[in-house]
Amino acid sequence: MGVISISETPLHVLAVDDSNIDRKLIERLLKTFSYHVTAVDSGIKALEFLGLQDVENFQSFSPSPEVEVNLVITDYCMPGMTGFELLRKIKESKSLKDIPVVIMSSDNIPARINRCLEEGAEEFFLKPVRMSDVDKLKPYLSKNERKTTDEEECVSNDSSGAMDDDDGGGGNDGVEARSDEDEQIEKDQSLLILPP
Amino acid sequence: MERNQMHRQIANTRKLMFDQGYLDEQFIQLEELQDGSNPNFVEEVVTLYYRDSARFLSNLDQALEKRPLDFSKLDNLMHQFKGSSTSIGAKKVKTECTHFRNYCNARNAEGCKRTFQNVKKEYTTLRKKLEAYFQMSRQVGPVETAYASSVVVCTIRYDTIHSLHLNIIHSNLPLRRCAARSH
Repeated sequence: MGVISISETPLHVLAVDDSNIDRKLIERLLKTFSYHVTAVDSGIKALEFLGLQDVENFQSFSPSPEVEVNLVITDYCMPGMTGFELLRKIKESKSLKDIPVVIMSSDNIPARINRCLEEGAEEFFLKPVRMSDVDKLKPYLSKNERKTTDEEECVSNDSSGAMDDDDGGGGNDGVEARSDEDEQIEKDQSLLILPP
Repeated sequence: MERNQMHRQIANTRKLMFDQGYLDEQFIQLEELQDGSNPNFVEEVVTLYYRDSARFLSNLDQALEKRPLDFSKLDNLMHQFKGSSTSIGAKKVKTECTHFRNYCNARNAEGCKRTFQNVKKEYTTLRKKLEAYFQMSRQVGPVETAYASSVVVCTIRYDTIHSLHLNIIHSNLPLRRCAARSH
């Protein structure tokens, strides 16, 4: 089936939250799963980071080749642009619409949750976000990664089985200290899981 | 001998904060995020909380001075403070914040002012306890602190050491059950 060139770059998550504490928390949570994290404090900054110029008029888009975001996780209640508005802008953008978006909120309002899911959010997490929530992000991130190889066909059947074994950086047993060697072994194994 | 006593004191101080309802499960979530590469994570988050809280409480104080009261603004400010408090597991503070927001929704000025005093009181009490706890923890060293609680109880029953270790990190309740079983 040819050679797969798997990128060594870790998956990149863009976290958006106006709360300093929640930003620190989500960043730490994501890093325990070995994701690369960029954290910003507003929807506008998020769109700027994603490469959207002239955000207000939604005019031009010039993606930075170095910036690749595999998932956006955003708070709902933010001053200026809400998480919902950010979600909408991403889904309306031709170049950004395939990026999975997850919404977080401290309020459990079913109507709000439904609205977000209908607008295209993949998940809705109630705050405070826990490790078990971040664990649910794996399928959205691995799907995205696979799109960049030409092996989508062969891989799709294996995806549920294979990726479940990959601990993705040891988020489940947060109590134990992980050695660098452990992490390297897991990284190597995740490379081996994908079919030839 | 002294070191064991310190460990025990730290574990008891921590347990008391849970037993008395000052902290909830979320604080344990923070502890789980602390490890060798982030040895001071909990204290860093809590310090950030003090800093943000000072700002929120000051803004709330000012907003409560205005006549007439802007209940929508008050609710919004308290929503943010409640969010931070929830994120660190500040249980009693969170409860008082909820009472405040209820009074905002009812547009009850007296209720708001009264509960705001309670919010500040609970915040101050918790802060004092946490500051004492972290000061003690620093004296025994950062890495050992995470295991201070487990060390104390693990010595009671060696056959269930593994589950005890996990239980202590995840919930304060098993500490009581373990103590009962050891008798």
